[in-house]
Amino acid sequence: MADPVRVGGQIVAYAVFFAVVGVLSTAPAYSPLPPGTAMLRVSFSHAGERVEPCRRYTPEEIAAMAPNMRRTLDCSRERVPLALELSVDGEVALSRELPPSGLAGDGASTVYARIVLPAGRHRVLARLRDTRRAAGFDHEGAFELDLAPGDSRVLGFSPRDGGFRVL
Amino acid sequence: MGVDGPPPEAAAAARAASGPAPGAARRAPSLVRRTLARLFDRAGDALESAFGPAANPLSQLGALGWFFYWIVAVSGIYLYVFFDTGVHDAYASVERITHEQWYVGGVMRSLHRYASDALVIVVLAHLLVEWAHDRLRGPRWFAWTTGVALLWLLFAAGITGYWVVWDDLAHYVALATSEWLDALGLFGQPIAHNFVDDSTLSGRFFTLMVFIHIAVPLIMLFAMWIHIQRVSRPAVNPPRALALGTLAALLALSLAKPAVSGPPADLSRVPADVALDWFYLGFLPLKDRLSGGVTWAVVATGTLVLLLAPWIPRRRRRAVATVQLDECNGCARCAADCPYGAIEMRPRSDGAAFAQEAVVRTSLCVSCGICVGACPTASPFSRRRRLVAGVELPDVPVDELRARCEAAAAALAGDARVLVLGCRHGVDTRALAGDGVAVIELPCAGMLPPPFLDFLLMRGHVDGVFLTGCREGECHERLGIQWTRARIAGERDPYLRARVPRERLCLHFAGRTRLAATRDALAGFRSRLSGLPAAGTSAAKDAC
Repeated sequence: MADPVRVGGQIVAYAVFFAVVGVLSTAPAYSPLPPGTAMLRVSFSHAGERVEPCRRYTPEEIAAMAPNMRRTLDCSRERVPLALELSVDGEVALSRELPPSGLAGDGASTVYARIVLPAGRHRVLARLRDTRRAAGFDHEGAFELDLAPGDSRVLGFSPRDGGFRVL
Repeated sequence: MGVDGPPPEAAAAARAASGPAPGAARRAPSLVRRTLARLFDRAGDALESAFGPAANPLSQLGALGWFFYWIVAVSGIYLYVFFDTGVHDAYASVERITHEQWYVGGVMRSLHRYASDALVIVVLAHLLVEWAHDRLRGPRWFAWTTGVALLWLLFAAGITGYWVVWDDLAHYVALATSEWLDALGLFGQPIAHNFVDDSTLSGRFFTLMVFIHIAVPLIMLFAMWIHIQRVSRPAVNPPRALALGTLAALLALSLAKPAVSGPPADLSRVPADVALDWFYLGFLPLKDRLSGGVTWAVVATGTLVLLLAPWIPRRRRRAVATVQLDECNGCARCAADCPYGAIEMRPRSDGAAFAQEAVVRTSLCVSCGICVGACPTASPFSRRRRLVAGVELPDVPVDELRARCEAAAAALAGDARVLVLGCRHGVDTRALAGDGVAVIELPCAGMLPPPFLDFLLMRGHVDGVFLTGCREGECHERLGIQWTRARIAGERDPYLRARVPRERLCLHFAGRTRLAATRDALAGFRSRLSGLPAAGTSAAKDAC
């Protein structure tokens, strides 16, 4: 005959252990965003211009190449870093230089950033430099965002789709 | 609990001859470690009173970890049968499993979830208990460091499991963990980019996560197998009563609070009030508050500290067991009893007429002396001037042990003279010394060769022997208590001879916290001894 006190002790031990499991498996709830705010994510990949402009091979140079290796352009691998600036309601919210990826610096530059904004209307101005120029920007996009609390918008960039866009 | 008091003056002579064995001196652990060890000891005492020594959950943490793993694996296989791995179908399939077949699929999902959570608790408790009791040094570094690696696999398996449901929690977890991984700067394109918008969501990447959620637990199983490679007779199955009770409680929780999904992932929204599983995902809010880089630094530092823990602080290693080939008859009992597989039998190298000889693998030896207790040549009845056993602990040679026993016994007087033989991981046996009681501390209770009990009692050195040490089921050297009991009960070689009166033996394995109870047991034992006739009656069991 099992000792009722011991059985009771076991039931209490199991109950406490699995109560902890049951409660902490879902609670307390967590909210990644403060109340009344929304999020704008800036996320894209884009390759900057090459550091050195491509040079066209002369016919003599092309003729000197092995037939299966002939090409017309001599291009360096390295690309320029991008310069990204994002203003929200006239204030700079993000300003970054985005280095090219890859050991040789020949890959695309990438950015992923989170900007928490109060819910409501915001004017967003995004500017990007992807050429060898020292100052100024090559691309610009202006957007009016109407953000409800908890909204998530993504600012992307794709030259094929016309530059900056908000998803 | 009783209050420790100074032993009576009359015990001074007995104490002079007894006390800790050479090399067996107790080292003071740090305050944190001491406090934690005491906490676990108290919890173990409480749980033992409910579950008994064999099924004490705190002594079965490793086995419970295996048990939860198998529940997770079996329930996971069931869920996978009905799960659609496509990103757009995953949520609907999980909903069907949860609600349309709640009686099987829903229960399986809950078992999967809660057993995973319970696994985290027992694994972390296992780690803390081993650390608090300093069971990570010497050859144990291997189990410790592979255990630390297992932690990473456990969390990787758990976290990816939350992705595949593709509800609002999955959306948060996918974004937060990929942002955390992106903080390493190892990936050409941010992984988080995959989860910011429906247009960027990659079904192929999602399927990859499902694959990882299956692959990582398989790798984990392999790592668990490696984790227990350096111990013999690893406990990978909890006692049946504990397993059944745990499964019943897990089922009860699964029915009372079924695991359900949140709303489907909506990439145009930031998940709000997500029902976070704090066991696996508790670090993500930290990442949100601080940064990915800081969180990585915290986690990497923590991992490094854990990996180095077996060598912090540095301590001198005790001398390992040595084989005296002239005395070794190749019986292999030491190899069979070693809890760490530190002794192997090899073909005889000295031309003696035995087939094998014992060889100590020094890198695996923890100097517990259990091999000495198993050696049939460790008999104090030997008439030779100097007693030498086939296998010896250099810090506690059996010849010296015999001399210490004789000296301690000679200093005792009265009609209930008791020699306490205690392991250094149990109660501080020095507090038990007193009038008519001498104590000798051993590295482990299992080090005592049964012929010593025969010698002490049948030669009339003492009226009784009181063996004490770690709590039942919680032997610091894993098998010391088990082998001691089996040897005395005549179930395992070397047997204690039947002629030894068991009523003059008391086996009291109570752990380090129960000094008062141990004193009471000792007092009761001595009281019973006083009433015994001079000649033993050879009871079947020991007096306790």
